[in-house]
Amino acid sequence: MRHVPSSAAIERIVAEEYGRCVATLTRVLGDIDLAEDAVQDALTVALTRWPADGVPANPGGWLVTTGRRRALDRLRRDAVGRDKEHRAAREEPPPDDDTPQEEEGPVDDDRLRLIFTCCHPALALPARVALTLRLLGGLGTDEIARAFLVPEATMAQRIVRAKNKIRAARIPYRVPRDADLPDRLPGVLAVVYLVFTEGHATATREDLAAEAIRLARLLAQLMPDEPEVLGLLGLLLLTEARRPARTSADGARVLLADQDRTRWDRAMVDEGLDLVRRCLRRDRPGPYQVQAAINAVHASAPDTASTDWRQIVALHDQLLALTPSPTVALNRAVALAETEGPAAALEIVDALAERLERYHLLHAVRADLLGRLGRDDEADRALEAALTRTDDPDDRALLAARRRRG
Amino acid sequence: MAHYLLSVVTPSDGEPPTEDEMNAIMGNVATLQSDMQSAGVWVFSGGLEAPDTATVLRRSGDDVLVTDGPFVELKEYVGGLTIIDVPDLDAALHWGRRSTEAIGLAIEVRPFQWAP
Repeated sequence: MRHVPSSAAIERIVAEEYGRCVATLTRVLGDIDLAEDAVQDALTVALTRWPADGVPANPGGWLVTTGRRRALDRLRRDAVGRDKEHRAAREEPPPDDDTPQEEEGPVDDDRLRLIFTCCHPALALPARVALTLRLLGGLGTDEIARAFLVPEATMAQRIVRAKNKIRAARIPYRVPRDADLPDRLPGVLAVVYLVFTEGHATATREDLAAEAIRLARLLAQLMPDEPEVLGLLGLLLLTEARRPARTSADGARVLLADQDRTRWDRAMVDEGLDLVRRCLRRDRPGPYQVQAAINAVHASAPDTASTDWRQIVALHDQLLALTPSPTVALNRAVALAETEGPAAALEIVDALAERLERYHLLHAVRADLLGRLGRDDEADRALEAALTRTDDPDDRALLAARRRRG
Repeated sequence: MAHYLLSVVTPSDGEPPTEDEMNAIMGNVATLQSDMQSAGVWVFSGGLEAPDTATVLRRSGDDVLVTDGPFVELKEYVGGLTIIDVPDLDAALHWGRRSTEAIGLAIEVRPFQWAP
């Protein structure tokens, strides 16, 4: 069934199919750059033909087939490509048939291969993030550069260098064996999480958060038996669900305690809670699952007062055992203030002061606890200390407002 | 298959190992080399003398200049090397990991651009 599509519809299809097509053509052609060029060529053809002829029933298959033909044309023009041509030609349909064979569509496993290649531990984390967004997300180099606040030339160089290393060092194009998965999976999840936190940090980069959720969904679909993958998706959904309540009408950031919870995205909350329940049934906890569970406890409470803080403290104990870090200990202290009172929490926070001296939230939490203990002068000095330790305008506005309230 | 160079990254100002430690390392290295040979990936291994035993030859016009000493003094130098022939980087990293475990020093894994 073909219908004449709108350009927005074509863009949606392209965004959805881009990563699949690059992944499959990388396997078929044996080279990432060739695959990217082939997909670009196929998209150019699609953008001229689809508006007139309608979108084919299997757009991914159409793009892969068209892309492979274009790549073969390129290779035939390029004598150096002889070896790669052999490889691609093995799956070439008969030359007299001009209609793309739609059944030879992209293979889902290819995207998993591509993710593990992009997130290989031999590549630096910024390079992994950039490659993943570029090859699987189909984001342009300029968009990725803007998102990570680096010049476009720097980002382009980072991507070229990473692709060159994949080729020259022969980073394999495959999903790791089960035995290696525990070593390799955290590197992949860290990339998705980093993309999300970049998108979460500011309201203007919502698209990155959406891209991270799309990647996490893809991983959850491809590795449904890995509870940490489900945990990551749950964590992202439960966090993203709060976006509508996180900014006030005048654009200021609203903390969790002050958010209007009726504005949370209910569908995302429900999906997140369901994922957390699925994780609990597997009983193989990991850091993302525990963080998802903490957010699930918040999501299940109508307000701060009725939140099950004991449960939140217990989950932070578990998280601290899995990933000992002073910032986790700080978050635990915040929860502990609700169960044991501000004095007990302050004792923990003061013990962390040396290690987190430069972290503005340590001072912001101290200010809050001191204020609750009636030690207003010390609270004000702590707020001042917090203000000198962050350049983020949203953080600063929030801290300045608290200082004015006293 | 592809060739990779595994270099032993040796700190210039490091404390040299005691005789006992050295014997233990040499035992580990011998085991590792025989494992590489049985896996069919071993091409060559060797430990290098200190950088101050090096001599540098440099073309200068029609002449060749001979200089005593390493071509550049660094905080770290290549103390030894192994060349392996394996299918891909994951396999090379496996042997690199084994090497750093055996020797206790950092190992740089680097692909050859070409090899006979």
